[in-house]
Amino acid sequence: MDMALPVVNATAAVLARVTAAFNAPFARAVVFGVHIDGHLVVEGLLIAVIVFQLSRKSYKPPKKPLSEKEIDELCDEWEPEPLCPPIKDGARINTPMLESAAAPHTTIDGKEIINFASANYLGLIGNEKIIDSCVGSLEKYGVGSCGPRGFYGTIDVHLDCEAKIANFLGTPDSILYSYGISTIFSVIPAFCKKGDIIVADEGVHWAVQNGLHLSRSTVVYFKHNDMASLAHTLEKLTRGNKRAEKIRRYIVVESIYQNSGQIAPLDEIVRLKEKYRFRVILEESHSFGVLGQSGRGLAEHYGVPIDKIDIITAGMGNALATDGGFCTGSVRVVDHQRLSSSGYVFSASLPPYLASAAVSAVNYLEENPSVLADLRNNIALLHKELSDTPGLEISSHVLSPIVFLKLKKSTGSSNTDLDLLETIAERVLKEDSVFIVTSKRSSLDRCKLSVGIRLFVSAGHTESDIFKVSSALKRVSASVLSDYI
Amino acid sequence: MVRLPYTTALTTLFSYGLLFAFGQLRDFFRKLIDWFKAKNVKGYAPICLGLEDFYVRRLYLRIQDCFGRPIASAPDAWFDVVERYSNDSNKTLKRTSNTTRCLNLGSYNYLGFAAADEYCTPLVIESLKKYSPSTCSVRVDGGTTKLHNELEELVARFVGKPSAILFGMGYVTNSAIIPCLVGKGGLIISDSLNHNSIVNGARGSGATVRVFQHNSPAHLEEVLREQIAFGQPRTRRPWKKIIVIVEGIYSMEGELCKLPEIIAVCKKYKAYTYLDEAHSIGAVGQSGRGVCELLGVDPADVDIMMGTFTKSFGSCGGYIAASREIIQHLKMSCPAHLYATSMSPPAVQQVISAIKVILGEDGSNRGAQKLARIRENSNFFRSELKKMGFEVLGDNDSPVMPIMLYNPAKIPAFSRECLRQKVAVVTVAFPATPLLLARARICISASHTREDLMKALDVISRVGDLVGIKYFPAEPPKIAEADHDKLE
Repeated sequence: MDMALPVVNATAAVLARVTAAFNAPFARAVVFGVHIDGHLVVEGLLIAVIVFQLSRKSYKPPKKPLSEKEIDELCDEWEPEPLCPPIKDGARINTPMLESAAAPHTTIDGKEIINFASANYLGLIGNEKIIDSCVGSLEKYGVGSCGPRGFYGTIDVHLDCEAKIANFLGTPDSILYSYGISTIFSVIPAFCKKGDIIVADEGVHWAVQNGLHLSRSTVVYFKHNDMASLAHTLEKLTRGNKRAEKIRRYIVVESIYQNSGQIAPLDEIVRLKEKYRFRVILEESHSFGVLGQSGRGLAEHYGVPIDKIDIITAGMGNALATDGGFCTGSVRVVDHQRLSSSGYVFSASLPPYLASAAVSAVNYLEENPSVLADLRNNIALLHKELSDTPGLEISSHVLSPIVFLKLKKSTGSSNTDLDLLETIAERVLKEDSVFIVTSKRSSLDRCKLSVGIRLFVSAGHTESDIFKVSSALKRVSASVLSDYI
Repeated sequence: MVRLPYTTALTTLFSYGLLFAFGQLRDFFRKLIDWFKAKNVKGYAPICLGLEDFYVRRLYLRIQDCFGRPIASAPDAWFDVVERYSNDSNKTLKRTSNTTRCLNLGSYNYLGFAAADEYCTPLVIESLKKYSPSTCSVRVDGGTTKLHNELEELVARFVGKPSAILFGMGYVTNSAIIPCLVGKGGLIISDSLNHNSIVNGARGSGATVRVFQHNSPAHLEEVLREQIAFGQPRTRRPWKKIIVIVEGIYSMEGELCKLPEIIAVCKKYKAYTYLDEAHSIGAVGQSGRGVCELLGVDPADVDIMMGTFTKSFGSCGGYIAASREIIQHLKMSCPAHLYATSMSPPAVQQVISAIKVILGEDGSNRGAQKLARIRENSNFFRSELKKMGFEVLGDNDSPVMPIMLYNPAKIPAFSRECLRQKVAVVTVAFPATPLLLARARICISASHTREDLMKALDVISRVGDLVGIKYFPAEPPKIAEADHDKLE
C-alpha cells in the first residue's frame, strides 16, 4: 500500500509529461505550412517499423543436400523386386511342336493331325511354284540381306515385290517391311505425332495399341465395330473445335479383327471420314488375299475405290504364306515412310527369298481366283456344322476366315473362361487329332473383348476335315462344358 | 572420343548454315509459286507441317543417290550395285538394268555367311522343302517347329546362359521385351548412344528413362546413386527395379562397351543389366561368343543378353538369353511371342548351321579360320587407315570402323567418288549421328581377302586426298632395309 502510491504518482507524472510533450506544438517545426505535432512522429516511427519488417526475407529453413554417407545408406537399404514374377502353378508353358510344314495336314509327336491353327488361308504352304522361286532366290542371294534398306540392303527383288503389290492393289506405290507386326507399329508413329487426334476401335490388337502409344497422340476409343458410336465420337471431337482444322486426324480400324473375327463396314467408315475430314488407316492383315472378288481386300469387297483409303497396311504372314509386311497409299504417304518410319530405317530388310515368295504368291492369286471360292465354301460349311455346338456360339462374321467361338455363358472371369477353352483344345488334340487354338492375351494387352476358340480356315481343307473338327468339338465341349450349359 | 578441331567445326557450321539459308530461300519461292495454284485437298491438315520435313526436302534430297543403293546379287565381299539415274535433280531415282561390280565395305557380313555357303545352303534348301517359307502362325499357336526348339537350345549353349527365346526380327525383340520386364514405377538407365529399338522399347514400357554419358561407368554410378537416393519423381517412393541397358559394339562408333566396370557398378547398386549384342555376337571373342568372352566377363553376371542373327549369321531374327524363370515368364507374356508370326524355318536352319560352323561341330575348322580372319582383317585395316592420317574411331578387334568426314559436302563427294572407283562405302549423316559429326562407316568381313583390303586402302587413300579428310599427319612409309643399303 505504501509502495503503490509513489508508483502511481510516478507513473501519472511521467504520463502527464509525455502527453504535454506530444501536445506541445514544436514552435520551430513548421514544414510546408503544417505544424509538426507529436503524433506525427509516432506515426512516422510506426511506418518505418512496418517498412523494415516487410523488407526482410521470410524465414526459410536452409536446404541441406544429402551427404555421401546418407546416400550410401539409402543405396544399401534399397531392395529391388525380382526381374520376373514367379510362375503360377499349373500355368501352361509347353506348346505343341510341329514336325512338318504347317499345312492343313501336319505331324505332331509322330501322329498326323488336322491343322486349324495356321492362318494359311489360300493353302499356299507347300506350293511347288513358291518353293521353287524361293530355292532360286536362296542360291542367288543367300538367306539374309545383311543391312538396312538405306545401306545396301535394298535388293532388286524388294523393289520388284513393292511394284507387284502396288500393281495388284491399284495404288501408286508400296513399301515393304521386314516383319508383320512391326508394320503397323512403325506406320502409326510415322504419321501421328504429339497433338494429333486418333479415333481407334477398342478391339484392335496389341501391335496397333503399341503404335498408338508410341505416337503420343490423343487416342479416343469407340465401341467395337459400332458405327453409331464412331459417328458420335467424331461428332464430339469436331464440334465447336475451331483448331480441329489444323491438326491431323486419323481413324484406325482393322478390316478383320483378330480378337473377334468381325469385319469393319468400310463404306460407312468412308462416308463418316469424308463428312468429318479424317484420314483412315486400315490394317488389312487377315483380309488381303481373302475378301473381294479377286482377293484385293476390303475395299474391293465393299466396292469402295482404293484411293479413298489413305493408308493400308498388311502383314504378309497370313494369306500370302510368307513373312514381312507392306504399306501402301499415295506417293506422298509411301515416300514419307522411307525416312521417318523407324521399323523401316533402323532395321535390316526382308530376306530376299521371302520377297520372291510374296511375288509368286500374288502371281498365284492372280492366276487362280477360284481358290477364293474354295475358301468361302469351307467357311460356310464350317459355320453350318458348328451352329449347334453345345455351350459355344459363333461370334465372327460369316465371311471371316477366322471362325471365333465363344462361350454361350461366360463363367464371369476371363481366366476361368480361358482355362475351360484350353481344356477343350487340349482334349480335341489328344483324342481326335485336330489342332485348334484359343485366343491368347498378353499382360500388356489392353483389349477387353471376350476370349474364345479360333479356327483358321484354309482353302486347302477338305470337307472331311471340316466334318471331323465339328464332330470333335461337339463331343468334347459337351463333356467339358456339361456344368455350364 | 572424337576431337573436333576448331577450324573444321567452323567450316562445317558455315556449310550447314549456307544450306539452311538456300533451303529457306527455295521454300519462300515455292510458297510464292504455290500461292496461285489451288490446293486440291481441302480441310485435311498436311502430313508434314512447315519445318518438320525441311531437312528431308532441302538437304537430304540433294544427296539421295548416296543412300538406298539397290544391289542385284548377294551382299558378299564383291557385289553388283544397280545404276540409277534421275531426271529431276534427285527427287526421284529410276533404276536401270546396268550393274557395276564393286567391293562391298558396307554390309554387315562379319563372318562371310551372306552368300550361298557350302555347308549351310544345302541344309537350308532341305528345310525349305520340308517346312515351307513360313508357318503362318504365331509361336504359341502352331508356329513352333522342331527347328525352333533346337535353335533355342543351341543359342543358349553358345552364349552360355541356361535358356533362350527366339523372335523373327531384331527390332521387335527390343521393343517388345523391355515393356515385359519393367513397367511403371521402374527405372531404365540407358547409354546415350543406344539404338532406336531400345529407345522405342523404353518409351513403350511406361517406366522412367534416364541417360548416362556414353561408355562412362563413373557417370553411371553418379546417376544410380542420385536416382536411388531420390526415388520416383514427385512421389519419392523407392523404385521397383532398375535396369541398365548397354550395347556390345556401338554401330556408329565402333567402340566396345566397358563391360567389366559397368557390371561391377550394377552389382554394387543391385541394378539389373541388359546387354544388346547385335553387332558383337559371332564377330568378336576367341570363339565368337561376343564381348563377354573378349573382355573376360562371366555370362552369369549379365542378367539378360540379347542379340540378332542378321549380322554375323547371315539370317534374320533376334534372341534373348537369360535364366530359365525369365524365359518362361517371357514365353507366357511377351507380345512378340504371342502375337507375331514365328521365324521363318529356313532362316532358323541357317542360324543353326552357322553356329555349328562357328563351333566347329560341322567337322571342319572353317569357323576358327573365319574368326581369325576377321580379327586380322579388322586390326590390319584399322592400323593402315590410322597410318594414312585418317581419323578413325573404334577399338581394336572391332570390325566396325567409322572414318570422320564432318563437312556435309564431303559426304556425297566421298561416296560418289568411291563408287566411281568400284568401292561401295556407307556414309552416315544427321539424324543417325550428331549434326557436325558425319562419317563414313566401314564394315570388314571375314570374306575379304588381303588383295581386297589393299585395293580398298588404295582407293580410300586416293579419294581421301581428293576430298581432304586426312585430318592427322600421315606416317611416312618405312624404307626397306635392302633399299637403305643400296642408297648408301
